[in-house]
Amino acid sequence: LSRDRLDDEAWEDLEDSLITADVGVEPTREIVERLRERTRVLGTRTPDELRSLLREELVGALDPKADRSLAATPHDGRPAVLLVVGVNGSGKTTTCGKIARVLVADGHTVVLGAADTFRAAAADQLATWAGRVGAEVVRGREAGDPAAVAFDAVRRGIEAGTDTVLIDTAGRLQNKVGLMDELGKVKRVVERHGPVDETLLVLDATTGQNGLTQARVFTEVVDVTGVVLTKLDGTAKGGIVIAVQRNLGIPVKLVGLGEGPDDLAPFEPEAFVDALLGVNA
Amino acid sequence: MFDTLSDRLNGIFTKLRGKGRLTDADIDATAREIRLALLEADVALPVVKAFIASIKERARGAEVHGALNPAQQVIKIVHEELVAVLGGETRRLQFAKQPPTVIMLAGLQGSGKTTLAGKLARWLKAQGHQPLLVAADLQRPNAVNQLQVLGQRAGVEVYAPEPGNGVGDPVRVANDSIDHARRSMRDIVIVDTAGRLGIDAEMMAQAAAIRDAVSPDETIFVIDAMVGQDAVATAEAFRDGVGITGVVLSKLDGDARGGAALSVRYVTGQAILFASTGEKLEDFDVFHPDRMASRILGM
Ligand SMILES: Nc1nc2c(ncn2[C@@H]2O[C@H](COP(=O)(O)OP(=O)(O)OP(=O)(O)O)[C@@H](O)[C@H]2O)c(=O)[nH]1
Ligand SMILES: Nc1nc2c(ncn2[C@@H]2O[C@H](COP(=O)(O)OP(=O)(O)OP(=O)(O)O)[C@@H](O)[C@H]2O)c(=O)[nH]1
Ligand SMILES: [K+]
Ligand SMILES: [Mg+2]
Ligand SMILES: [Mg+2]
Repeated sequence: LSRDRLDDEAWEDLEDSLITADVGVEPTREIVERLRERTRVLGTRTPDELRSLLREELVGALDPKADRSLAATPHDGRPAVLLVVGVNGSGKTTTCGKIARVLVADGHTVVLGAADTFRAAAADQLATWAGRVGAEVVRGREAGDPAAVAFDAVRRGIEAGTDTVLIDTAGRLQNKVGLMDELGKVKRVVERHGPVDETLLVLDATTGQNGLTQARVFTEVVDVTGVVLTKLDGTAKGGIVIAVQRNLGIPVKLVGLGEGPDDLAPFEPEAFVDALLGVNA
Repeated sequence: MFDTLSDRLNGIFTKLRGKGRLTDADIDATAREIRLALLEADVALPVVKAFIASIKERARGAEVHGALNPAQQVIKIVHEELVAVLGGETRRLQFAKQPPTVIMLAGLQGSGKTTLAGKLARWLKAQGHQPLLVAADLQRPNAVNQLQVLGQRAGVEVYAPEPGNGVGDPVRVANDSIDHARRSMRDIVIVDTAGRLGIDAEMMAQAAAIRDAVSPDETIFVIDAMVGQDAVATAEAFRDGVGITGVVLSKLDGDARGGAALSVRYVTGQAILFASTGEKLEDFDVFHPDRMASRILGM
């Protein structure tokens, strides 16, 4: 009797591992459907084989061929301009500091624009990062117009012949219409200098299903070109980015792995999926 | 994108209208829909499983009244059960018999601790207290300045003997703050701490050392309402590492369904004391289990 050893329990384990990684109910169901189909066709027998098929499926869902390079170097005689956006506390300011660190280490000059004029000591925090990594900071008045600061930062970058301008914005929840309009304005005003090269959405890996809503609304307002998935050094798996890639086609470009200046890494779908499935690399 | 739970249950129950008791098949079908609704609201899977088991138990004994819509009856049961798990009545802050009362805040990075410190200070001051804010996050860049700005806005003194940004010992600051509070006649001490991960053993040990230095009357775990399945692992880590006496859910002004509330409540067994509902110091409310239950169910 060669009974199929992929019993209900094996399938339930698989489903549970996706759900507990924040992949979401709908994507999990679709992925499981496809796997059932494939295991029938391939005659998959063992939980191990099933897991390797699952790994393939997840890596595929993350579009492994997507372009994850960062448009962060100067072109046409002007600096690259990057706008960093996201909900409150996701890690925007820290990520600005870390990206600047990488660029400075590569020999580039960087201006950090402190367009969070709202949160207490936000500009100080960015200025500390600028000092740490050897970038210049442009800041405006407290409670001033964030679009004006962003505009000034890019102007400063152009005038000084800087390679990259990174604009840090205030955290905002995507259901706050007024704040989202303000963000749209920041981008439009910056674009008077020319197009923004990269708009990065900073997504906290602990975020559950709301992460997809964040990505959808932010991209409607400022056309997000990439995700930075932060706080992956914790126990959270960050599975919501699978839905973000599948539904919106927005790739993760970078991951945050700590609070230090060097805790930033390129996103690698295979390594991400292995960590998600609890495979020791 | 998703149908509401009530639509789905209505679908199940159209065949059932007028019948008496729910059959086991009805209950299983219903349980599946509730499971989905809770998972979509980010309630953690182990918590969903435990919750569903208790709901099934209750549904088995329930009569379906012909005159009422069975879907609404089941939702009522689920809602009641959620309210019960979320805490029923709101609990108040515990005050020390011998002032100062010490409130320590702990949680993941960016969860809303420092903002909450400012909110609590403002709220308690309005009730006639004399709070002291303590800057014991000496790690995150400019956390001390952030607390100073918030203290100024709240009109509350900030004890900040160290500049932070890696300089100073947070355990020492916390320890010394109690004497300072006594000398300057403060009756409440609110200790802001650095964000930390549950798996960061060194930082969790530091949190425990701060706790031991100040013997808090309340150790409040601050958690972002947008957190998903990780709520269980994180709440367990803080429960075991620091000890939690209460929970505050932050960023409830967003549109996340907030299933983390249920997860944390299940894991810690501690009351959810407040809801943090915005960036301004007045965006703060006591926690309402009934509203939270409705929100989780998408009602
Ligand atoms: N463990 C860990 N912590 C991080 C990471 N990225 C940022 N943080 C921490 O998360 C907290 C919030 O980071 P910020 O950079 O201030 O976040 P933000 O999005 O700028 O916050 P707002 O401007 O207030 O909306 C800080 O304590 C950071 O040190 C990461 O990748 N891992
Ligand atoms: N919309 C909203 N934003 C909030 C709320 N509570 C805090 N914030 C924002 O969330 C971000 C992080 O808040 P903080 O108070 O700095 O969080 P924290 O836990 O002290 O962060 P670390 O010290 O870096 O760990 C800031 O932008 C706050 O303004 C809330 O209830 N609603
Ligand atoms: K992780
Ligand atoms: Mg910031
Ligand atoms: Mg803080």
